[in-house]
Amino acid sequence: MYDFKYQLANSQDDAVSAQSSAEDGSFLAGGMTLIPTLKQRLAQPSDLVDLSGISDLIGVSAEGDSVTIGSMTTHAEVASSEIVSSKIPALAALAGNIGDPQVRNRGTIGGSIANNDPAADYPAACVALNATIITNNRKIPADNFFTGLFETALEDGELITAVTFPIPDKAAYAKFPNPASRYAIVGVMVAHTGGETRAAVTGASDSGVFRSSEIENALGDNLDSSAAKAVSISADGLNNDIHASSEYRAHLVSIMASRAATAAG
Amino acid sequence: MPTVSMTVNGESVSSEVEPRTLLVQYLRENLGLTGTHVGCDTSQCGACVVHVNGKSAKSCTMLAVQAEGSEVSTIEGLADGDTLHPMQEAFRENHGLQCGFCTPGMVMSAIDLVQTNSDPSEHDVREWLEGNLCRCTGYHNIVKSILAGAKAMQG
Repeated sequence: MYDFKYQLANSQDDAVSAQSSAEDGSFLAGGMTLIPTLKQRLAQPSDLVDLSGISDLIGVSAEGDSVTIGSMTTHAEVASSEIVSSKIPALAALAGNIGDPQVRNRGTIGGSIANNDPAADYPAACVALNATIITNNRKIPADNFFTGLFETALEDGELITAVTFPIPDKAAYAKFPNPASRYAIVGVMVAHTGGETRAAVTGASDSGVFRSSEIENALGDNLDSSAAKAVSISADGLNNDIHASSEYRAHLVSIMASRAATAAG
Repeated sequence: MPTVSMTVNGESVSSEVEPRTLLVQYLRENLGLTGTHVGCDTSQCGACVVHVNGKSAKSCTMLAVQAEGSEVSTIEGLADGDTLHPMQEAFRENHGLQCGFCTPGMVMSAIDLVQTNSDPSEHDVREWLEGNLCRCTGYHNIVKSILAGAKAMQG
């Protein structure tokens, strides 16, 4: 690991100003991706600004027809949250199946979506549930947030403070995990919220999470699992690596969508 | 260099460290607590699992400075003198190890499981061990040990 300066931020303002004044500053959330990246010398930030001391970034609240999760809330906290489990059980289940228990104890929702790993679970939940990503400056719809492979709409110095999820009528997530890393080879979140059906796919595409209109049309308002299973997805633009061919991933998209639809009931 | 202070196995410690020092390096090299192992060094194998404020964490994927002000427990802090912790005793009774390299992480992980799920099923144990790899025993006796250890911890 290359050397860096470390600062523990006490507040959102403190974090943003520390990051902005650094030569090449990086926010540190749970560190479950950033620290391995630093260890492999794939990144060389001049400064790490640790967000773990900012208490108003942690916690879950429900208001009206939505649930808001602070960006520094860990996967374990989301998985065990009574609010999330009762309002959006599919989201609690997704969080409780990320990585392993130790990753879930440290990794955070804000860190996961800011990183936008193309095989991460949370991006699928954000897009399928039509979440809003709240930063220190603005509110960004999930549809506009995930812009490509490890790319987001976040600007330099912009800090995710929370994510707001509308409570769906029905939702479920199904993933085919890599047996070693537990990252999604393909994961599909399906949701029906206020008359709209969404299906978001992670793990499959080389440009990250995407909505599948073919799957959404097949699912319809009743989340028809057999119709989703019958959809033939094109392998064009899907990942092709040692874990799975693009054709296999294409097949898995409709299978995972079908399983998610069945689970959503 | 920044100074980091924390409590390790009930004792206050404070040292100057480079920010890039991993918690596991700090435990092993600064404090001499070599019971916490480095296996894969890529957050996968779980040989380095310790507790930070009561929750299991992979100390190879945490900076020492991130543990500032925390209570850290390692395998060395479990036994009470010559009396092993019930989970350690269960691993001994059930032959839950062969080479022993993964054992400290297995035991620390298992205790965290029992703290959140006092009566785990075999399935719960196997799911929980997702982040702990053993290259010797094939897990059978490890799972048996953890089930026995969970019962003993309640007793």
